[in-house]
Amino acid sequence: MIEVTSLTKRYGETVAVDDLSFTVRPGIVTGFLGPNGAGKSTTMRVILGLDNPSEGRATVNGRPLAEHAAPLTELGGLLEAKAVHPQRSARDHLRALAATTGIPDRRVDEVLDIVGLDEVANRAAGSFSLGMGQRLGIASALLGDPGTIMLDEPVNGLDPEGILWIRNLLKELAAEGRTVFVSSHLMSEMALTAEHFIIIGRGRLIVDVPAAELAAMGPERQVLIRTPHGDRLRQVLAADGVQVTGDGERPDVFYVVGLESDVIGRRLLDGGVELHELTPQQESLEGIFMGLTQDAVQYHSHGAHPSTTTRQAA
Amino acid sequence: MNTITASPNPGRTVERQILGRAVTQWSVTKAEWIKLRSVRVNVLGIASAAVGLVVLGVLFAAVGNTDQGPRGTVADSVSLVFGGITLSQLIIGVLAALFVGSEYASGLIRTTFGAVPHRTRVLRAKAIVFAGATWLAMTIGAFAAFFAGSAVYGGDLPSHSIDDPGVLRAVLFAGVYGGCVALIGIAVGFLLRSTAAAIGVLIGLLMLAPVLVGLLPGTIGDTLTKILPSQAGDAMMSVSSPDSLLSPWLGFAVLVAWVVGLLASAGVALRCRDA
Repeated sequence: MIEVTSLTKRYGETVAVDDLSFTVRPGIVTGFLGPNGAGKSTTMRVILGLDNPSEGRATVNGRPLAEHAAPLTELGGLLEAKAVHPQRSARDHLRALAATTGIPDRRVDEVLDIVGLDEVANRAAGSFSLGMGQRLGIASALLGDPGTIMLDEPVNGLDPEGILWIRNLLKELAAEGRTVFVSSHLMSEMALTAEHFIIIGRGRLIVDVPAAELAAMGPERQVLIRTPHGDRLRQVLAADGVQVTGDGERPDVFYVVGLESDVIGRRLLDGGVELHELTPQQESLEGIFMGLTQDAVQYHSHGAHPSTTTRQAA
Repeated sequence: MNTITASPNPGRTVERQILGRAVTQWSVTKAEWIKLRSVRVNVLGIASAAVGLVVLGVLFAAVGNTDQGPRGTVADSVSLVFGGITLSQLIIGVLAALFVGSEYASGLIRTTFGAVPHRTRVLRAKAIVFAGATWLAMTIGAFAAFFAGSAVYGGDLPSHSIDDPGVLRAVLFAGVYGGCVALIGIAVGFLLRSTAAAIGVLIGLLMLAPVLVGLLPGTIGDTLTKILPSQAGDAMMSVSSPDSLLSPWLGFAVLVAWVVGLLASAGVALRCRDA
C-alpha cells in the first residue's frame, strides 16, 4: 500500500510534481502513466525516500519508507536498469544488498532463479544486456520479499519474450496480494497488465480510475458503415443528434455517431439500404491516454501532434 | 521488520517469508565489505599501494645517498624508504574516489540508499571497510619498506634501526597516513558524487597544493604548506623533524582535523541533499 498525499516537489524554479495525491492498493497491478517529464520518476524517488518532498508526503504501509526498520522487506523498488558495478557479479551484487538487511544468501539464489539469471549469476554484470540488467534489478526488488513492488519503466529494453515474462510476473505478484506499482510512458505496455490506472501530466493528477472506467472515457462511440448508397444512408438515419460523416478517402465508408449499432442495422434493413459492413469502433486505451495527456505533453514533436483520431480500426 | 504485514484491503493478506532484520551500522558495514571484496580492482589496487611503497622504498634506498629525496625533505634513511608514499597516496585516493563515485555513476547508490535510509551509515560503512583494509595493507607495506629499504641502504644520511627513538612511530604512522588518505578520498567522493571530480580534487589537494601553496610569499606560504594533508603525513613519518614540517604528533592532529572535517561535511551533505 502506497499513499501519496498532496505531494509537491520543486527543483529550484521547476515544479516536477504539483499537489499530487493517490493511493496504490494491494492485490492489483496499478499502472502509473504519463508522458516523459510528467513527474513519474520524481514521485517514485520521493516514495523511495531518495528525494525529500517540498510539501506533502508519501508513505509505504502507513509510514515514510525511511522510518521502517528494514525498508527492503517493505518496498522493493527498481528505478534504473543496470544500477550495478560493471565488474561485480550479479550474485555478489545481490549478496551485498541482502547483507544490509540481514537477508540470507539462500534468498539471493531464490530470486536469481525467479528472474532466470541463475546460470549467469557469477558473470560480471557489465557483460549483461539491458534486458538482463532489468531482470537483475527486478531480482533486487524481490530480495526482501516485500509486500509492495515499485518498478520504473521495467519493460524498457526487454525483448518480446521478456515483456511477456514481466507481465505475467507482475500479475502473479499482485495475485499473491501484493501492491504492484509500475510506471510507463507507453499505454500499450500497460493496457494488458494493469487493472487500475493513475495518469499524470506536468506533475498533476489527470485521472485515477479502474481500467474499465478508463475504457469508457473515450469520445462518443462511432459505427463504421460501408455502403454504395450514401444518400440513402443519410435519409434513413436522419434524426436529431445523429451525425453521419464520410471517410474522405474511401467513398463508400461512413461514420455514424449517436446511434447504437443494433439500431442502425434495424433501420437500414427497414429502409432497404444495401450494406457491406457495419462495425462499432472501439477507442483503444492508447487513444484515450493520448487524448487525456495531449495538453500535458512537455515536448511536442514539430508538425506531428499525437493523433486522437477515433477512426483507427479496432 | 519481521512481521507479516496485513494489507489494509480486508480479506487479502500477503503470504510472505520472514526475511531480513532491522538495518544496523554493522549490517551495512558487512554489505560494504562484500562490495569491497567483490571487485578485483579494489583488492589489487590496495595491494599495489602497499607493494608500491615497498618497491619504491627499496629503489630510493638503493640509489639515494644525498638529501635530494623525492619530496625534498629527506633528512634520514626513514624518510627515504617511505618516498614511495607519493605513489601510494595517489593510488589510494583514486581507489577511494572510485569506490564511492562508481556507485553514483551506475545509479547503485540509489538502490543502496533505498535499502539504507540513514545514509550516513553508508558513509561510515564505506569509510570503515576501505580505510581499514588500506590501513592494514599500508602498515604491512611500511614495515616491509622499512626493513627492506634499511637493508639495502648504504648512503651518508643518518641511518636508523627500528629500536631508535621515533622510528617505530614513523613506521606505524605510514600505515595510519594511508588509512587517512582513504578516508579523505571517501569523503570527497560523497561530497562531489563523481569519480572524475573527486580524483581531480584529490590530486590537487595531495600533489599540487604543496607546490602551489609553497609559492606564496614569506611565512604564510611555509605555514600553510605545513598544514596540508600531505605535509602533515610527511611530518608523521619523519624521525628528524626538520623545521619545514610540524612535529609528528602535531602533524597527526592536523591530518585528523582534515579527515574529521571532510567526513563531517560529507555526512551533512548526505543528510541534506536529494540522492
